[in-house]
Amino acid sequence: MSEKILGQKAGREVSAGEIVVTEVDYVFAHDASGPLTLDQLKTLNISKPAHPDRTILILDHAVPSPNSTISNNQARLRKWAKETGSRFSEAGEGICHQVMAENYASPGQVVLGTDSHTVTAGALGAFATGMGATDIAVAIGLGKTWLRVPESIKIEVEGALQPGVYAKDVILTAIGKLGVEGANYKALEFVGETISKMRIDERLTLSNMAVEAGAKVGLISSDATTKKYLESRGRGKNFQQIAPDKNAEYEREMTIEAENVEPTVAFPDNVDNVKPVSEAAGLEMQQVFIGSCTNGRLQDLQIAAKILKGKHVSPNIRLIVTPASRETLILAMQDGTIEALVQAGASVTPPGCGVCFGALGGVPADGERILTTTNRNFLGRTGNPNAGTYLASPATAAATALKGALTDPRRLA
Amino acid sequence: MKTLNGRAWKFGDMVTTDHICPGRYFHLRTNLPELAKHTLEDARADYAKNVKPGDIVVAGRNFGMGSSREHAPVVIKVSGASAVVAKSFARIFYRNAVNIGLPVVICDTSRIEDGDELSIDLETGKLIDMTKKFEIKFAPMPAAMMGILSEGGLVPYIQKHGDLKI
Ligand code: SF4
Repeated sequence: MSEKILGQKAGREVSAGEIVVTEVDYVFAHDASGPLTLDQLKTLNISKPAHPDRTILILDHAVPSPNSTISNNQARLRKWAKETGSRFSEAGEGICHQVMAENYASPGQVVLGTDSHTVTAGALGAFATGMGATDIAVAIGLGKTWLRVPESIKIEVEGALQPGVYAKDVILTAIGKLGVEGANYKALEFVGETISKMRIDERLTLSNMAVEAGAKVGLISSDATTKKYLESRGRGKNFQQIAPDKNAEYEREMTIEAENVEPTVAFPDNVDNVKPVSEAAGLEMQQVFIGSCTNGRLQDLQIAAKILKGKHVSPNIRLIVTPASRETLILAMQDGTIEALVQAGASVTPPGCGVCFGALGGVPADGERILTTTNRNFLGRTGNPNAGTYLASPATAAATALKGALTDPRRLA
Repeated sequence: MKTLNGRAWKFGDMVTTDHICPGRYFHLRTNLPELAKHTLEDARADYAKNVKPGDIVVAGRNFGMGSSREHAPVVIKVSGASAVVAKSFARIFYRNAVNIGLPVVICDTSRIEDGDELSIDLETGKLIDMTKKFEIKFAPMPAAMMGILSEGGLVPYIQKHGDLKI
């Protein structure tokens, strides 16, 4: 699929390993890397994006801003967007990857961002990848970038997932098998019956974590589900079908039987350090976080609320919930999801990155364990190198919050 | 490009961008000299305090795994290191390093020990461990990236060539 998308852009056939210079459809920078991006544009003496309507500045990492330095950075991005006529997403609108999925990314596009999880939009059939500030400055300024066409690894998922098992468990299982460097420089392609049946929410979770195996992009074919999603978001005309050829060549193929996937947890400090939850059940946690670009969407919050409704989290647990976007928050308020979570003891924070990367709050104490629905459990990721970060699905997170210790959500039924 | 000479700072496998440039110092990202005081803090707290200009970061597999924060290679450069040598690199880190003009070398680092004096020739693809007296050959970087690196990074490259032509 990478060759197809990049070939379509280049107007010729391209093959893996080749370096191509390609037009960029959307490029975004967020408040963590935006200032450096603007510095680089300044050094390049470029005052305006090549395509302001395809350039988006998104404030999401520190929402609301905790200090004047960050406020000043955010003000600078806000001002720059206004002056150049670029698009802008205000603090509180949502996490960059959710904003891109909700409003911009479409099949066959090349989407770049100053964030490694830009790969999330691969779930919509876009060649979406994260880069550093300098690359993004060049993409903003010149409207193009260079890319090495990646080789592809196929992850085929067949069959039905057990109740209580979700996309997050599938991707943690896959990364456990691939290893954190198993897809370095490569494209992951998620195919098979299980994936075709997944909603866009769940597909975004899969693509989001492709980078945790080192991948450059995590692609999913665009299909009727994608079309419906785009139509519901007013982008129906952007639909095009992107699917692998029948005889597509893969460097490696992996099959996962959906019915064998278990609720899975990644232990510190690497994402491939996975175990079935059932093997580690009972491990005490002190904090649970449900949110992030991986699992902060409506369906994720609904799954957690279903488990917690009418109950209260363990007295030993602090539960923090952060919706991925304002739209998610509104929908979750309207259907009672937020109320159920707050009644159960959750602190709900404004849409943004929140607890995910340890800069804004919800930092665990020394020796504590935090179970999160995010994508990274590196040492110090949640703000304290003396605490342990564990990754799991929203269902496992909610079940764990309820019991105060790692709990297999299938055991609650 | 001249030969790089410096003392090795040895690290293990899977050094992440959070080890190199912890997210908790997010607020320092617009103050690079201050941010650089925390370089590699969560991997080796002694690094930032004692690194000397020209020293060389030596690591195992998949160095720079994780975030796309360009601040990770930037702080290594600002801290004074002249290059990073590792068995392998994470994709975005490698690209970012080249873009900001920080030389990155892929070779088998197993025999290099902390404190060894190293000498690296990027063009011929040769690393000499002067302390232990052995030589390691490595494949020089792909031409497209070498072109960017030898201009000092992508910004000077574009300033000179006026465009992105690979
Ligand atoms: S939610 Fe976490 S992983 Fe996602 S963009 Fe924000 S900081 Fe990065």
